[in-house]
Amino acid sequence: MKAVYFAWVRERIGIPQEILDPPPEVVTARDLIAWLRTRGEGYEHAFENSATIRVAIDRVHAKHDAEIAGAREVAFFPPMTGG
Amino acid sequence: MAGLRATIRVQAEPFDVAAESAALTAGRRDLGAVVSFTGLCRDEDGRLAALEIEHYPGMAEAEIARVAAQAEARWPLGGLCIVHRHGLIAPGEPIVLVVTASRHRAAAFEAACFLMDYLKTSAPFWKKEHFADGTAGDWVAAKAADEAAAGRWDSEG
Repeated sequence: MKAVYFAWVRERIGIPQEILDPPPEVVTARDLIAWLRTRGEGYEHAFENSATIRVAIDRVHAKHDAEIAGAREVAFFPPMTGG
Repeated sequence: MAGLRATIRVQAEPFDVAAESAALTAGRRDLGAVVSFTGLCRDEDGRLAALEIEHYPGMAEAEIARVAAQAEARWPLGGLCIVHRHGLIAPGEPIVLVVTASRHRAAAFEAACFLMDYLKTSAPFWKKEHFADGTAGDWVAAKAADEAAAGRWDSEG
């Protein structure tokens, strides 16, 4: 699955996207965030207030408890500030 | 409204408000109202040199289309155009455009307002400030007031 990051989530992690192969116990977006946090300081910083992080699965907004099985692209980003 | 084909664009280039509005109403005799909203880049009393707007390509267009479909389902619109820019934008330049057209003004006014409220909170764009003194700015924080503005359409529904 491809993970994509935007705005300060991208800056803190240090890369805009990567291919992830999470273990089978990672079922929801929340699980994926928890797993990513173990991958290093940048990830820990990006997800330190994980409740504020927005998730999109295959380019559609999703809740943290949404399941990621079958997803091609999971995105993580801060609350949006367009308009 | 069946048959309405909304114009939706995400682009780096500036846009021409008058031209977009004219394109929406060209050749039409059924429309009684056109409302346009243009969001501009402010300099925050001279503090800001530019805004940098990051977006999620693909999802930005799709999310705007979803919000546009909601507006079309809710109001009898005869025309709709939404343009959102990304990249580096200088103070005074336009950032976002919403043009709505309808037979009567209420639908056009309300739909334009609804669209802006929802674009701000659900379209995947993020603003970063660049300061006039050359220092690196920070990401603009989302405002609770914007969430509240979008939320009011639920209770009015």
